[in-house]
Amino acid sequence: MEIYDLTAHELAEYIQKGELSAEEVTRAVFSRIQEVEEDVQAYVTLTEEKAYAQARHVDEQRRAGKKLGPLAGIPVGIKDNMCTKGIRTTCSSRILENFVPPYNATVVEKLEAAGAVMTGKLNMDEFAMGSSTENSAFFPTRNPWDLNCVPGGSSGGPAAAVAAGEAVYALGSDTGGSIRQPASLCGIVGMKPTYGLVSRYGLVAFASSLDQIGPFTKDVRDCALVLNLIAGHDPMDSTSAPNPVPDYTSFLTGDIKGVKIGVPREFFGEGLDPRVAETVRNAIDKLADLGAIVEECSFPYAEYALPVYYIIAPAEASSNLARYDGVCYGYRAVPEKGEKYDIIEMYMKTRSEGFGAEVKRRIMLGTYALSSGYYDAYYLKALKVRTLIKDDFARLFENYDVLVSPTSPTPAFRLGEKAGDPLTMYLSDIYTIPVNLAGIPALSVPCGFVDGLPVGLHLMGPAFGEGIILKVAYAYEQNTSYHRARPPLQGREKVKASGKTSGGR
Amino acid sequence: MDNYEAVIGLEVHVELHTKTKAFCSCPNEFGKEPNTNVCPICLGLPGVLPVINEALLEYAIRAGLALNCEIAAFSKFDRKNYYYPDLPKNYQISQYDLPLCRNGYLDIEVNGATRRIGITRVHMEEDAGKLVHGEGGADYSLVDLNRAGVPLLEIVSEPDIRTPEEAKAYLEKLKSILSYIDVSDCKMEEGSLRCDANISVRPAGTDILNPKTEIKNMNSFRAVQRALEAEIKRQCAVWAAGGTVESETRAWDENKGTTVPMRSKEEASDYRYFPDPDLVPIVISPDRVSRIRRELPELPDARARRFTSEYGLSAYDAGVLTASRALADFYEACARNYRDPKLVSNWVTGEFLRLVNARNLEIRDVKLTPAHLVEMLELIDKGTISGKIAKTVFEEMFDTGKRAEEIVKEKGLVQISDEGELSRIVEEVVTANPGVVADYRNGKEKAFAFLVGQVMKATKGKANPQLVNRLLKERI
Repeated sequence: MEIYDLTAHELAEYIQKGELSAEEVTRAVFSRIQEVEEDVQAYVTLTEEKAYAQARHVDEQRRAGKKLGPLAGIPVGIKDNMCTKGIRTTCSSRILENFVPPYNATVVEKLEAAGAVMTGKLNMDEFAMGSSTENSAFFPTRNPWDLNCVPGGSSGGPAAAVAAGEAVYALGSDTGGSIRQPASLCGIVGMKPTYGLVSRYGLVAFASSLDQIGPFTKDVRDCALVLNLIAGHDPMDSTSAPNPVPDYTSFLTGDIKGVKIGVPREFFGEGLDPRVAETVRNAIDKLADLGAIVEECSFPYAEYALPVYYIIAPAEASSNLARYDGVCYGYRAVPEKGEKYDIIEMYMKTRSEGFGAEVKRRIMLGTYALSSGYYDAYYLKALKVRTLIKDDFARLFENYDVLVSPTSPTPAFRLGEKAGDPLTMYLSDIYTIPVNLAGIPALSVPCGFVDGLPVGLHLMGPAFGEGIILKVAYAYEQNTSYHRARPPLQGREKVKASGKTSGGR
Repeated sequence: MDNYEAVIGLEVHVELHTKTKAFCSCPNEFGKEPNTNVCPICLGLPGVLPVINEALLEYAIRAGLALNCEIAAFSKFDRKNYYYPDLPKNYQISQYDLPLCRNGYLDIEVNGATRRIGITRVHMEEDAGKLVHGEGGADYSLVDLNRAGVPLLEIVSEPDIRTPEEAKAYLEKLKSILSYIDVSDCKMEEGSLRCDANISVRPAGTDILNPKTEIKNMNSFRAVQRALEAEIKRQCAVWAAGGTVESETRAWDENKGTTVPMRSKEEASDYRYFPDPDLVPIVISPDRVSRIRRELPELPDARARRFTSEYGLSAYDAGVLTASRALADFYEACARNYRDPKLVSNWVTGEFLRLVNARNLEIRDVKLTPAHLVEMLELIDKGTISGKIAKTVFEEMFDTGKRAEEIVKEKGLVQISDEGELSRIVEEVVTANPGVVADYRNGKEKAFAFLVGQVMKATKGKANPQLVNRLLKERI
């Protein structure tokens, strides 16, 4: 195995023992980036200089005999919607193409304090709106398992980077599945923690009541380690939970005897690729073999999750994205010589030119849903159904420790395949969206392949039940080998022949 | 116009003088260079989140209680969405359907009668920045966000106000109460209190609700009164001419002395209010409300009642003295240490306020201390200075902060009570004015006053007036 193929906990052990320096690890990852980035296109911005400086600092500390944190010296990529002081943060949007934040997101502060080595900022669907990363204003990212396929989205950059060895782990954000779906499509572990577990301060908001930051890792232990690092109360985020944070690695016992697992039948209905269904069913059988008690159950409001989400998320987005107006920062439309814009023209041109089609679509949907005369029928109704969905989950968690489903109804699809059909694209998140509406945690763990493309098993737990989810995922992973598979970057020649999609870096 | 009555409701915004802004830790200060009192949060940069300043909540509850409101056990913040370049997020954090305070009132006195004006709601929100238009003839505008995020209370009255005079009295009482509880300095001229008015007119004695107009751009209490007077006149004229008043927003034009149209109701924005998902609901315990209620200071109405009973003042004087907490405190500090509280009241409502206004001062900036005023009154009692001289001494004390005794000594203002010296002067005056003396003897009382005046003139006002009276009477 190459250095870039190793997990964070493996590398950390080498670094702590002095068998590898943080600088060597960083060099390995950057040479991997050099090697494959042209095909994968995961990064919007690379921060090589900063990475080496951070790595050398960790090495100095080690030489000085200081105790290193569990992730010190490990290269990490950050989705480009988390603010990084002095490093541009674009949300893969023209409107923030040159925006350089004067402050760090809380998670970035935590990473820096823990000796993380930041490789760069990762591509995404513009403002995290999408399920394929094709909505990036700069270029689409490709799936390392098949470069003709999408990596999923919106955190396609983080998922592809970790899968391809261009980062050892990454941070993404998940509003309706944006961590779990790309993790599933790229064959890695991705977790959306409980709403409020990880501070959102510095995460550029898409839908504030749904957004949550979480890890992309190569295995479940790494996921627990990263969660240890980023979880915890933040006084800068009023929605951040005051709960004490356990050591998540303490749940990695491998023993799931007697754990009660519910399988909601609504998550295996129409639209699910039968090969994915079979793969996931096999994984569930494996859990039963390991001693878990598996039962079918019902989630009656599941079918309303998607419509509810497409009211609430755009409504919040329409307000959150109002600030991109060209007045104080970001892109501003400039009139032709001799012309002048009044304030309204400046607003309209700036936002028309600065936002992509999907973002505009959602701003319009959300503005409509909040408009007087429609508010009660759409937004208020959606809030009520959201409560019913929460109640559904709460009822199920009275009987089950975790719920399982496929993460995504299909494996990775081809670039362009769904790009022209937003509704079909939205269905890609049908199993992940209810989790965000209820604010509960969920994780996707690799559970097999369909035609050489990874499939993910979706594990959902009660609020602040990250521990039990990690426990089940870890037991499953320890008894399977999917997490050790590395992507072949197939289709490379074809991509080369068709030429680079576009620039923007 | 006599056949119509006005229906007026006021919407008042006051800036709270908390130490920091409403949702970030920037100092709540004025007068800094543009865009220097800002941070990522009040600039609305991508990714930032608001966190409520606990002091804002504390101040708002205090204000709600002082205005006799119910304090909501459960309340929340909403986003008011509209685009304006001085609003960095293009939404304002405000409160919509669940305001913190509701159903209050305050009492006003106009022409000797007390009227109770209902307060519909009091809610918290953040202020916007400021636009500076066309400075030095520029064809662009500049944005200053120093004020963005400053905490505001919006106080909405019921449409209980009937006259422009009542509107002014309402604002004065509101200012008085809010200053008493130390949440805002309420200076309309400086923008820390802003007022919009909703007004309609109807045939007197009916309860018809006619279309109302909203009046903006009034920069003083006086302007509110004048604008409402002008608007009543305008609306009455429209109805009298058989027309219909349009529901619209109008601006007060101070120079023209009239209101002018700003925008019609059709152009009104849809603010698309919805609960702010970045802020958690506000839950207030009954214990917290009782604690804040206990800690409220004595409010102006109660204090005025006490002044009339405790110090024997007239209701009018008590009202004047208690309108400002600083003035009432000053008065009371003197009254407690002097034998005649009414005499203190005369000095404070008279000379003291005259000089405060003439010098354009805030009471807290006055150099004269209550102890010094009491000392001066005691000098009069002792006969060291006359009441007339005291006015000169008082003004000097007021301007310099010196003690009365010091001033009297410096300027040689000690009263002449030496009978021998005064007799000599009286003799001179009588000799010099035989005609006037004759007039007096023929029953002209005024002639006597003239003679007293001549003695005072000769002594530069230092003669003991009682002694002069006696000596003159004895002599003529």
